[in-house]
Amino acid sequence: MTPMADDFKETPSQTAGPFVHIGLAPGAAGFDIYEAELGHDIAGPHAQGERIRVEGIVFDGDGEPIKDVMIEVWQANAQGHYATRGNNLVEQGFRGWGRVIPDFETGEWAFETVKPGGVARHDDRQQAPHMALWLVARGMNVGLHTRLYFDDEAAANAVDPVLHHLKLQGRDHTLIAARRPVGGIATYRFDIHLQGQDETVFFDV
Amino acid sequence: MSQPVDETSQARDTAQPDLRDFNPRDWAWQPPALTPDYRTSVARSPRLALVPLKNGIGECSSPVFGPGDLGPQDNDLLQNYARPGESPIGERIILYGRVLDENARPVPHTLVELWQANAGGRYRHVNDTYLAPIDPNFGGCGRTLTDAEGWYRFMTVKPGAYPWRNWSEHWRPAHIHLSLFGAGLAQRLITQCYFEGDPLVAKCPIVNAVPGQAARDRLVAKLDLDASLPLDAIAYRFDIVLRGCDATRFESRPEGDG
Repeated sequence: MTPMADDFKETPSQTAGPFVHIGLAPGAAGFDIYEAELGHDIAGPHAQGERIRVEGIVFDGDGEPIKDVMIEVWQANAQGHYATRGNNLVEQGFRGWGRVIPDFETGEWAFETVKPGGVARHDDRQQAPHMALWLVARGMNVGLHTRLYFDDEAAANAVDPVLHHLKLQGRDHTLIAARRPVGGIATYRFDIHLQGQDETVFFDV
Repeated sequence: MSQPVDETSQARDTAQPDLRDFNPRDWAWQPPALTPDYRTSVARSPRLALVPLKNGIGECSSPVFGPGDLGPQDNDLLQNYARPGESPIGERIILYGRVLDENARPVPHTLVELWQANAGGRYRHVNDTYLAPIDPNFGGCGRTLTDAEGWYRFMTVKPGAYPWRNWSEHWRPAHIHLSLFGAGLAQRLITQCYFEGDPLVAKCPIVNAVPGQAARDRLVAKLDLDASLPLDAIAYRFDIVLRGCDATRFESRPEGDG
């Protein structure tokens, strides 16, 4: 790594605090200020693929729901393409990114999107379908990166290099969401545990 | 430390020319997850080590925002929630600066969002019950895109300090929260900007979660009288650095528009 003067080291992270919603989701904070809030619609109206719902709770080390968390989702479309700058391989209106705010009383969160496809690697092997999640909250000094995989993608999961690595440590199950039909839409349950026996895997990205 | 999970293997230079490798995060410089003097971090910090993940396309890209996503007054907190002809109470300030990467290159056209308490230290949030009053003319949030050279600028009021419960009662120094994207998920950053000369900064357990003084100093916006607006607003400058790419690889790649 190139030596850098302190002036050009990354700005230190600080907690998003309990009122992150004011800046990033003011509607949840209780007021209406922007013509359009960002991150409400992950897939857009024209996205192909299966419409799914993802739900869960983020639990702290005492087993209590973290009710003031904010989660950002980043995913490819059903064909495995990300909505990067200038990318015309995604459907019109597909951003693949969104913000998720829990119910402040219960900590339950949910969002709807399309199920992502496997993302191609340079050698034509596929990563299993997954979403990147980024968590910030009061008490978190640096945002936490994790991934969500799907339990009905057993074949793809079995050859995914990230899951394979985690399986060796007995931790792959913490990233695999469980599918069940709820009210006519495929719903994946993905609880996140910051500590304890089933501590979710967080990545140094 | 375990080996990074190899998502991409070697030789991706030729196969995926859009990929940017980001420098590893310096965890001796950044605050650790567990900082017991900041009480809430105790139950909200992972106990196991982060698993290194080599950057792939998902980590080297991030959502794209453009001018069409924003409104014309979004970066002016003096106006964006004020009633016509009115403005919020407080010291009028300009908060501006440059977003660079670790190679001192500007980060252009990237989204910068901020939020803050009003001049009395009260947030406009359903969960804030501090007894200082809401300012009817102040929302407390703004957003903008950096220009082609990485510059951003907000008009706002200087936020007030406020008390909070930690192990014992503390006062947060005046601060503004900032959220930045950059060009890749690996660059995503939320931080807080403090103000030069505030004696509360050195006493704050959240500031002191950052281990080194040089790093903590980077969180303090500097008074900049030359950039102030005459008879209007006083300026503070706050430059922000996001993770960079390896310089030689970066130089060898054609520069896009962000």
